Amino acid sequence: MTFINYAAREINCKIVYYGPGLCGKTTNLQYIYDRTNPAAKGKLISLATETDRTLFFDFLPLDLGTVRGFKTRFHLYTVPGQVFYDASRKLILKGVDGVVFVADSQEARMDANVESLMNLEKNLVDHGFDLQAIPYVLQLNKRDLPTAISAEELYRQLNFKGEPTFEATAPTGQGVFDTLKAVAKQVLMELRKK
Amino acid sequence: MSDFILFDEEFHQIKDVIGRLKADAQAKVVFIVDKNGQQIAAQGDIQSLDTTSLASLTAGNVAATDGLARLIGEKEFPVLFHEGERDNVYISIVGQRVILVVIFDERSSLGLVRLRVRKANSELERVFDTIQKKVESEKTRRQEGYDSPFAEITDEDIDSLFRE
Repeated sequence: MTFINYAAREINCKIVYYGPGLCGKTTNLQYIYDRTNPAAKGKLISLATETDRTLFFDFLPLDLGTVRGFKTRFHLYTVPGQVFYDASRKLILKGVDGVVFVADSQEARMDANVESLMNLEKNLVDHGFDLQAIPYVLQLNKRDLPTAISAEELYRQLNFKGEPTFEATAPTGQGVFDTLKAVAKQVLMELRKK
Repeated sequence: MSDFILFDEEFHQIKDVIGRLKADAQAKVVFIVDKNGQQIAAQGDIQSLDTTSLASLTAGNVAATDGLARLIGEKEFPVLFHEGERDNVYISIVGQRVILVVIFDERSSLGLVRLRVRKANSELERVFDTIQKKVESEKTRRQEGYDSPFAEITDEDIDSLFRE
């Protein structure tokens, strides 16, 4: 649900990074935070456990610039990936404008990817959204690991509507901004239709 | 789901109501956030505050508490209160749509804040009702062919946002 503020001439959009536990959602946000000009970003907030696992969400506000006289502000959120945090995960999707699904490229995590994708679809439906229709990007993360399976195989198993798909290695930043751009672009395109 | 659109007129009405609430409740800061974590308006000494983070955490807090409420069979907890050593935070839900947050210290009291919030809540509900109606009529106008200011966004506009 985009928030259009005519008084402040701002468009506020919410993007959620989804995916199985330890797939690199927080690392994506951390890289974006580290590489963004201080004037264009707010604080990176992480509600995490003592062992740095996301407990509720990470949050990063970004100013992208001006479109048609409106400042575009994107609020990036991650969800906790661990299966048992489903109740919190669902809360984060409230009012979402675009979703990035971060998949773990390792073969051993394939079932976790599929389970998380199905969970995303279900939780979106509960909020009245349709995964087929919402702005959506697939990121194949951890491409640098020797245990990663081929991008073609991952694409075949996880890409379901021809959504933009990017190979990534979040700690080095490969694919991170491409993913963000692709989802932000779709969200802004949606505004055009409304 | 329809977007939330805030127009100048209602923005100023909201600012007026929360400005009065801040004075009447002798509060430090009053602000309004939507349930998705976007800040709508604020009054008071906000220079020293990270209001964007506050807005997102408040919405997360309310969402988590709403989830708790439903688990025990309640519709929602309409009021949350956090007591600190110096500052306190009083959070209430306006018309099940937006969140009103009052930050106050020892110059005020929970009783006074609660009393003033109740009055402001009903005024704010009226403003948000108007906003809701306007958003709906705007939607109808668009369906009838009236273009939104964003209908003209070009690929070039969007690409220019990402140029280094």
